[in-house]
Amino acid sequence: MAAWVDAILVFAVLTNLAVLGSSRLGLCIRMVAAQGIMIGLLPVVGHWHAVDARAVGLATASVLLKGFLVPWLLHWALVEANVRREVEPYIGYPMSVLIGVASLCLCLWLSARMPLPVAAGEAGTGASALAAPVAFFSILCGLLMIVSRRKALTQVLGYLVMENGIFTFGVALALEEPFLVEFGVLLDVVGAVFVMGVAVFHISREIHSIDTDQLSMLREERR
Amino acid sequence: MLLTLILLPAVAGAAAFIIPRDRARRALLIAAALAHLGLTVAAGIWPPAPVSGWLALDGLGYLFLCITSGLFLCAAVYAAGYLSREEPHPRQDFFEGGQWFHNAPEAVFTGNLLLFLSCMTLVMLAHHFGLLWVAVETTTLATAPLIYFHRHHRSLEATWKYLVVCSVGIALALLGTYILAAAAARASADGVRVPVTLEALVENAKRLDPAWTRAAFLFLLVGYGTKMGLAPIHTWLPDAHSEAPSVVSALLSGALLNGAFVGILRAAQVCSAAGQGEMCHDLLLAFGLVSLGMAAVFVVGQTDFKRLLAYSSVEHMGILALGVGIGGTAAAQGVVLHGLNHSVAKGLLFMVAGNILGVYRTKNVGEVRGVLSRLPISGALWVLGILAITGTPPFGAFMSELAILKAALDAGRWGVALGYLAALAVIFVAMISTAAKMAQGSATGADPAGAAAEPAGAPPANLGPHAAARGSPATSRGQHGPGAAARVREPLSAYLPAAALAALALLLGLWLPAPVKSALDGAAVALGGIK
Amino acid sequence: MAAISWANLLVGLCLAPLLPGVIARTKALFAGRRGQPLAQLYLDLWKLLRKGAVYSSVTTWVFRAGPVVGLAAAVAALLLLPLGGAPAVVAFDGDLILLVALLGALRFFLVTAALDTGSAFEGMGASREMGFSALAEPVLLVALAAMARGTGETSLSGMFGATIPGEWATQPHAMLLIVSALFVVLLAENSRIPVDDPNTHLELTMIHEVMVLDHGGPDLAFILYAAALKFWLLGALLVGIVVPLREIPPALAAATAVAGMALLAFAVGVVESCMARLRMSRVPQLLVGAGGLATVALMLELVRS
Repeated sequence: MAAWVDAILVFAVLTNLAVLGSSRLGLCIRMVAAQGIMIGLLPVVGHWHAVDARAVGLATASVLLKGFLVPWLLHWALVEANVRREVEPYIGYPMSVLIGVASLCLCLWLSARMPLPVAAGEAGTGASALAAPVAFFSILCGLLMIVSRRKALTQVLGYLVMENGIFTFGVALALEEPFLVEFGVLLDVVGAVFVMGVAVFHISREIHSIDTDQLSMLREERR
Repeated sequence: MLLTLILLPAVAGAAAFIIPRDRARRALLIAAALAHLGLTVAAGIWPPAPVSGWLALDGLGYLFLCITSGLFLCAAVYAAGYLSREEPHPRQDFFEGGQWFHNAPEAVFTGNLLLFLSCMTLVMLAHHFGLLWVAVETTTLATAPLIYFHRHHRSLEATWKYLVVCSVGIALALLGTYILAAAAARASADGVRVPVTLEALVENAKRLDPAWTRAAFLFLLVGYGTKMGLAPIHTWLPDAHSEAPSVVSALLSGALLNGAFVGILRAAQVCSAAGQGEMCHDLLLAFGLVSLGMAAVFVVGQTDFKRLLAYSSVEHMGILALGVGIGGTAAAQGVVLHGLNHSVAKGLLFMVAGNILGVYRTKNVGEVRGVLSRLPISGALWVLGILAITGTPPFGAFMSELAILKAALDAGRWGVALGYLAALAVIFVAMISTAAKMAQGSATGADPAGAAAEPAGAPPANLGPHAAARGSPATSRGQHGPGAAARVREPLSAYLPAAALAALALLLGLWLPAPVKSALDGAAVALGGIK
Repeated sequence: MAAISWANLLVGLCLAPLLPGVIARTKALFAGRRGQPLAQLYLDLWKLLRKGAVYSSVTTWVFRAGPVVGLAAAVAALLLLPLGGAPAVVAFDGDLILLVALLGALRFFLVTAALDTGSAFEGMGASREMGFSALAEPVLLVALAAMARGTGETSLSGMFGATIPGEWATQPHAMLLIVSALFVVLLAENSRIPVDDPNTHLELTMIHEVMVLDHGGPDLAFILYAAALKFWLLGALLVGIVVPLREIPPALAAATAVAGMALLAFAVGVVESCMARLRMSRVPQLLVGAGGLATVALMLELVRS
């Protein structure tokens, strides 16, 4: 199944780059949803030979929440906000993709220098050589989206991408966290996105825009 | 027992969402806070059994649990009074040209307060790092609606920054948690399965992978440090503290920041057991000094008194980090005592700031004069609180800051001690001078136009934060200025919690009661493991 | 082996003009028309070659040299091209760089010829052509570099030789990424939709066509033929990866490769029928995206070995 794990990881990389390079908000939301679904399948695909109820439960929950509930919520916020559905970055799309590719190189280089404490063979089939670099790459992409995009909604997407990366790290390295904790983490993330989505809704109603540029009233006033 | 501690406020919070009557809900808030404090005290007397290694009550957790619970009771009393005086209808903002805004539903406010208490309890009790993360993140979610209680542009902005900055920071802490699990996974090569609980990790610390343990600590420090308000990742803190209702600011500063601090301390415990204490200490020292310096820069010349208090929180979080960074038992005792002192004094100050804001209707330091003559009780408490927070002798903060300084000198860290003293001195002067200007002076002299607008022989203004707006908008604009010189009658619920905290702050400086001392020692022992 | 290489070269020279016909027929099929004959380009070339050329008085020898040198570069590039697993006529280590350089030379001489006219339209087309090629060329290089890293060979004939099926078995993701990147390069370099519309009639929106407006007669024939050869070149690279049949007789392999080329042309026709042309400002996004794919493929190859 290692090939399938790799396929999912490569898919994650490509969706990250696509989200960085895409200008349409709706497309970005669908991309992140697709990524959520694929990453959500990792617990099952990664431990194909020893699938247990825990893995299936986790995969089901994360696919349902990240692949369907969260995108639906974000679409709702997008429709409610009723704004131009463009991403409006501070950094252009080609530049974002180039930075993304550069950070991918960086992640691969770093991971090659820092061997994982989990030996790939022994911890089960899930541990792929790509897992750690792809996880870190997703985190960097998420951060890049958060700092380089103007719309509040894209910042939520950046947070999601980042969380997908962390999830990848946890699952693909076959770390045994108790199911309750992982489920709690998942619920917290969805809760965070929910609260952020509601905040986006309030922002759009309050200032008729979801540009975070408009949120610049609170700052230090020097005498 | 432990589960009851967590579930009691959670159930009460859920109930608060559905109880329709305001009075019943406020009574529930106070009752739940009282019951929680009672349970906490009982847990100190009869130590409860840990739950499967995930939930346990150690000295450190107990101390911060006591702080949280006690502060929450004061805040609950204050909040009940505050909510009863809040205007339920839309009213005019006193900034930004007076746009209209209204409050979030009171049920949401009360319910989230109680949920926040539940999560904070979980933070203090969690010994499983994953569970700890879940609890800390949930506190973010529970407090976001609290900050957005007054539904206007500024509080929305503060809420958004708080949500994004903290969530992203905390996400890094989740990564740190997973990395810690990866570091522990190396132990499985020796045939040992190490769960990510505090006890198991400390016990098997020598088996952890050193490089990955260091990486884990770095991510946990940055992640929880964001939530704790360590500079330079404190950016959400002044905004959230200045825009939230004052009682929420008190809880954020006095309880929430401590929760994140506990997270860092847990990570430091594991790290130092694994022989990586050196790096932890250096990092914490660096973050502490930067926070102190940053706070000093922004406290000087600060024009917004709630932001002033917020930066003071950054300063004190810096002191805590610095104290842990110095290491050793003496410093540990100073740190836990200082954590207690800071929470008490800062809770007091924010509540008083709420009273001042309610009457003067401005957060600008320059427009607030003569608090002592207009609000005698709050004014006196304000002066006491400022003296306490800046570490003036009879108060507790003086003792704890001195203990940390002494530990730094004993450890031969002259540079650190010098920077620490310099920052404290600057902040002392800046805060005292600002607060003194606010407290003294004649209230009438500040704005004669405002005084003239007030009809002679007007009944004393009720001390609702925005009580003046109860009349027509025109009247409210008339009372806009700080000129209403008449002495204001202060309701009991507005000053009683603050007065209790002030008494406690004084008490802690003069004499430590035996139970408090034992709780402090317990916490210091847990911390003392960090060498 | 030399015989099959020369035969393949001949096949390329003869069949290249067929591919635009296949594309046109596919598009006609989708549009519900009968369409032009498959051999339309042959007829066009024949017609143009019989005509004389008219040269503007402001042009210099650069204008006349452009089409000739361009065609020469294209034919020279064809010498380096392996087909159906059989080696090329000329093969040496690092010849992939020469292939890219020859394609660059073809473009360079066309562009200088266009600039030599001094016309605003042609200058605009030249600038666009160079702008997009500047993005497409690195993609091609990186994709070929990824292939080179995966197969451990640096000559085209080696890279597209017997190791391709093994590559598909060990590195399916990287191969897929390379194929996608090369397909985008193929579309961009040959002025197909979604980058450029070869059938457009508005000079302002043209890229490639507007450059060659002033050429006529044999010069235009050379340019059209060189363009067909360019499509054949890039298509053969793509087909060389996608059709991993290496265990069959060389003649049969060449036949499958040609069939693959026809299918590729059909696929391009399908893309052209289904997609609208991209806004000019979005084209760099597409090309940078393809560059991202190629780079990821290279990274995958680097990590694995």
